[in-house]
Amino acid sequence: MPTVMIGSALDIVEHCGVPRFVFSDFPLGNPCGHPWDRDMQTATVRLALQVLTTATRPRTTVRSPFEWKADDPAWRERYNRVRPEDRERLLALGDERRRRQAANAAAAKAAGQA
Amino acid sequence: MPDQSSGPPVPYMERTRNYYRALGYTKDYVWAHHTDVPFVRPAKPLAAMTVGLVCTAGPGDRSHRDAGNRRHVWSGLVASPPASFDTDVAWDRESTHVDDRETFLPIDAVQRLVADGTLGGLAPHFHTAPTDYSHRKTLEEDAPEILRRLRADAVDAAILTAL
Repeated sequence: MPTVMIGSALDIVEHCGVPRFVFSDFPLGNPCGHPWDRDMQTATVRLALQVLTTATRPRTTVRSPFEWKADDPAWRERYNRVRPEDRERLLALGDERRRRQAANAAAAKAAGQA
Repeated sequence: MPDQSSGPPVPYMERTRNYYRALGYTKDYVWAHHTDVPFVRPAKPLAAMTVGLVCTAGPGDRSHRDAGNRRHVWSGLVASPPASFDTDVAWDRESTHVDDRETFLPIDAVQRLVADGTLGGLAPHFHTAPTDYSHRKTLEEDAPEILRRLRADAVDAAILTAL
């Protein structure tokens, strides 16, 4: 099945290896274009279809020509950032996640035994 | 190599590794890596092609999750997609929102390209690829099931979008 991917995590996708990739250099969540910008979304999908038909080899990456919002130049710094003042909160968050994961695992086991 | 005039691409693997270590996890996640990547050329020109959509956001009612909260492949109709989506996956909540479905599941965008003659058609179903971080489940269960469903709709090619 011929495929083309549209996404925003360049390193993860290229590490994995996919046939064709349109890279939108945006915050994770909006790979197909800015929210509510129909022209940009249509252009992004059009680009993906072009890559689908013009790529000649696997691991083809084409960068979308669109940039994220000019009024938010600091967006690249945010995702999963760990500042010194975050460490105590993150460790507590991790403890809660591990409690929840253990509960989910127990529920899955119980469901499997039901 | 992407143009770096507006800053280098975010190093998500390094960020995620450091973040989960800060959460107290001691075992780093191992991302999928394939030496051999399949490459199939489309058999038809775009204007004759039917495309299927695959994304990573499931339905808002979480019916794609089982009793153990594990996500599974789910399919919806492009003619009547869910009013809301399960967006409890990894996206940048500080910088944007996912209120506009078209940013991660571009049904309307594809339909505009069908209407203007660029593309032959859009398959009646779209599919959700679950993100359970299990390489085995993805390769042995989810991907083959999605492929089966795409073929059931006579899809010629698929667009995969990662929320």
